[in-house]
Amino acid sequence: MYEFLKNLDRRWIFLLMFVSVAIPVLFELTFPEKATGLAKAVFDEIEALDPGDKVLMAWDFDPASEGELGPMATAFTYHCATKGLKMYYMSLWPVGPQMVDDNIANVINADFPDLEYGVDYVNLGYKSGYEGVIKVIVTDLRALYTTDAHGTSVRDIPMMRGVESIQHMDLIINVSAGYAGTPEWVLFAVTPYPDLRMVAGVTGVQAPMLYPYIPEQIPGLLGAIKGAAEYEKLVMDAYGGPDPPRKYFKGKLRMGPQLVAHIMIICLIIVANLVYFTGKRRGEVS
Amino acid sequence: MQSRLIGSWLAASLSLGGAAAPALARTPARPTNLIAVDHPWDDAQKIDLTWELSPDDADLVQSYQVLKAVARIGEAEIPPEFKVVEFVPAGRDSFTVRGLGRELKRWQVQQEFGEIEAVAAELAKGDKTLHIGYAFQVIARGKDGSVSTPLQTTIPITPSMQWFDGNRRYFLATVFIFCGAVVFFIEAGRRGRTLKIRKIAGLEAVDEAVGRATEMGRSVLFIIGIQDMNDIQTIAGINILARVSKTAATYDAKIEVPTCRALVMTTARETVHAAFMEAGRPDAYNEDLIYYVTDEQFGFVAYLQGMMVREKPAACFYMGSFFAESLILAETGNSIGAIQIAGTAQPAQLPFFVAACDYTLIGEEFFAASAYLTGTPEELGSLKGQDVGKLIVGAGIIGGVLALTLANLVGPASPFGTFLLDAVLYFKTVVLT
Amino acid sequence: MKRLIPLWITAIAGVVMIVSYFIPFTQGWGEDAGIYFDILAAIAFILGGGNILKIHLKKISDRVAGWGYSVILLTAFLATLFIGLGKIGVHPNPQYPGYTWSGYYRQMDTPFWWLYEYVFKPLTATMFAMLAFYIASAAFRAFRAKNIEAVLLLGTAFIILLGRTFAGVWLTSGIPDDSAFAGLKIENLSVYIMQVFNTAGNRAIMIGIALGIASTSLKVILGVDRSWLGSGEE
Repeated sequence: MYEFLKNLDRRWIFLLMFVSVAIPVLFELTFPEKATGLAKAVFDEIEALDPGDKVLMAWDFDPASEGELGPMATAFTYHCATKGLKMYYMSLWPVGPQMVDDNIANVINADFPDLEYGVDYVNLGYKSGYEGVIKVIVTDLRALYTTDAHGTSVRDIPMMRGVESIQHMDLIINVSAGYAGTPEWVLFAVTPYPDLRMVAGVTGVQAPMLYPYIPEQIPGLLGAIKGAAEYEKLVMDAYGGPDPPRKYFKGKLRMGPQLVAHIMIICLIIVANLVYFTGKRRGEVS
Repeated sequence: MQSRLIGSWLAASLSLGGAAAPALARTPARPTNLIAVDHPWDDAQKIDLTWELSPDDADLVQSYQVLKAVARIGEAEIPPEFKVVEFVPAGRDSFTVRGLGRELKRWQVQQEFGEIEAVAAELAKGDKTLHIGYAFQVIARGKDGSVSTPLQTTIPITPSMQWFDGNRRYFLATVFIFCGAVVFFIEAGRRGRTLKIRKIAGLEAVDEAVGRATEMGRSVLFIIGIQDMNDIQTIAGINILARVSKTAATYDAKIEVPTCRALVMTTARETVHAAFMEAGRPDAYNEDLIYYVTDEQFGFVAYLQGMMVREKPAACFYMGSFFAESLILAETGNSIGAIQIAGTAQPAQLPFFVAACDYTLIGEEFFAASAYLTGTPEELGSLKGQDVGKLIVGAGIIGGVLALTLANLVGPASPFGTFLLDAVLYFKTVVLT
Repeated sequence: MKRLIPLWITAIAGVVMIVSYFIPFTQGWGEDAGIYFDILAAIAFILGGGNILKIHLKKISDRVAGWGYSVILLTAFLATLFIGLGKIGVHPNPQYPGYTWSGYYRQMDTPFWWLYEYVFKPLTATMFAMLAFYIASAAFRAFRAKNIEAVLLLGTAFIILLGRTFAGVWLTSGIPDDSAFAGLKIENLSVYIMQVFNTAGNRAIMIGIALGIASTSLKVILGVDRSWLGSGEE
């Protein structure tokens, strides 16, 4: 057994990982979620808004990170739509508009058919330039966004009237998977214009980098699928009703495989160390 | 008779309704004393408005409507056409109007205001641009939708441009100090001052890695990250590529450089060509080994993975800006038994490289690599200048921590405690912003 | 001259971008400099596309090992390019019915949309998902308690791994939320580790990186560091 573990082919590890993710997915293992401070802070920021307040929804992610960020984007849209906020979608990533379209189709069109495009929500689309876009729209949105994603002039969009820059937004919600993303929004929007409020949802690897900005620049932060699951719980408990659709619990559903996989990794580390110390005792390892 | 009764009844109803109407639909009183001043330290885009709240602010007012209009062009006063800028919540008595301009070009004036006689006279003067003066109005809006009479500024105001953004004066001072230190030590290095740098294991291993590839008859793979030339990490990676290419040319090893951006490909080609020429091996240079793959992050990684598994390079260098693909690359390199040296300034990816690679240049070490490998006095001097920056930051952190600790020890309410807290707050909100 | 002109362009663009941050009148110049780069990068797409065609057509014609992959790559590249640019199957915008190409290029149920939904999206999600497997194999191989620091690292890793799931909540569920020991609950411990220790370490690395970026940028602007310029006489 020692020799087998010492020279373990990584494909056994891959198989173990596959099983530890597949079983919870197939059997829909879920566990109770408890919201922590940062998720509550995100929820409270949006709760503090009044119906009709403007929210900029910057969806800076792609299909690769949809697994981590999709559920929180869905929950954000649901929360904002329920509160009657005006939603302005945009993206700094080329494939971001597709994520916006998916959100609009799955949440707004499906569960909020009364909301009208151009009056309650608008998709401004993608603009190239990464942080350059932020630097421009923070003082003059219309310098870059003369039309929405579908080619309609912003002058013909009712909810764009009076919106000349993102400083007219009551809140920025940024869902970010990398560059350009939350760090750029913090550097070029929130820090030079402290009146801007922003909350963010990011991937797990990005979250540690953003803790230094909490709570001054980012009052609340959702990190990875755990953050998404916590925020989903808060939103659904407040507004979901007795039997919310399954699509608003994707974060919670994905926490099941995460738990099993984490425990599997812990066991692997313990086994690896046992092998290491056995080898050391036998004099095979210095 | 009947019509008279109805008429009396109607008259009575109307009079009752009329008596009741003011009580039901009382419009809020307008705000007073509207003052418009130029916003300080800006590029002529903002005007600050202040007013005194409506007497009915607490009871009737829901918001204040702010409107702007062009009221003067050049010397000509024109009838203003007000447009809504913003709705400011009740209780607020100030607002900064943004997105203004100082002047308009002739064609813009012609297009928008050319029909006005006074403007036509101004245009006839022949100036290429004309200054604009703005008028502003503030209207109190009641909760029932009623509006007060507008309060308007009396004289049109033109925003003025300041030549320096004074809000950034502390940052400018910091830039001067830091850049001055770097330049000072570069000069000191040029003048012969000895500057030492500690050993960086990852860079010491470059020769070993390339030598290993030569002995095994396999290639060296060099990845310059997935960002474009406007990312400083890519430039730092290119600097290291120059050195690694020269070593590969000297050892007669094959070096392959797939890139994620076309501009990076052209720069890398120039760099590798120069390195081969410097090593005296221009004949060995093959530009087809430096090629573009795709801009798409995971498409690039998929290609690299397949290439690494098929061709099994003996040495892999990952020098640049990486994101989620870092672990995929490093683990694949590990699985083929390659020696791996990584360097990145992405804090989120450093743990993956440290876990999976043989050597990792962490953050600052990556930027120091160019200086380390060339060893020229100017480059080493710049590292010393960086250290001055670190000293300043360290002093700031220690000073801030001591001040806050002392403030809490002596009591935040005490005069000294209050002074320390105010100093820290000023430092945080003014100096560091 | 081959190196001199790029050096001057770099120096001027760099100084303009720094100055534009402090002088409001020149703010637009810095943004323009950024836009010039975007224009160059956009034109570079053509360069990149040409390079792809050249490299892979050569591989196919020479029948080198793996030339089949080059066929797949070129087929996918050209198909996506023509379907996307040509807006194949896209209905015109109802506001402009007379213009064939006025439709939204990502219209649902068009070939381009189909390529995105059923080829691009699953492929990129799969590549990202592979990270889970590699993390497990990296953890098994690399996380050994060789010394005190490694032991501390492992202990912290266990707390974070458990604290980010229900397992951590369950393990310390016996500690009341309002007790003096509530901070020892694993989910609170993991938050504390992230907010204090991790933040401190990240701040240090980020400050060092920022200084490194500033120094390297200054060297490039001043022309001290020229290895990125490539060949050519001084």
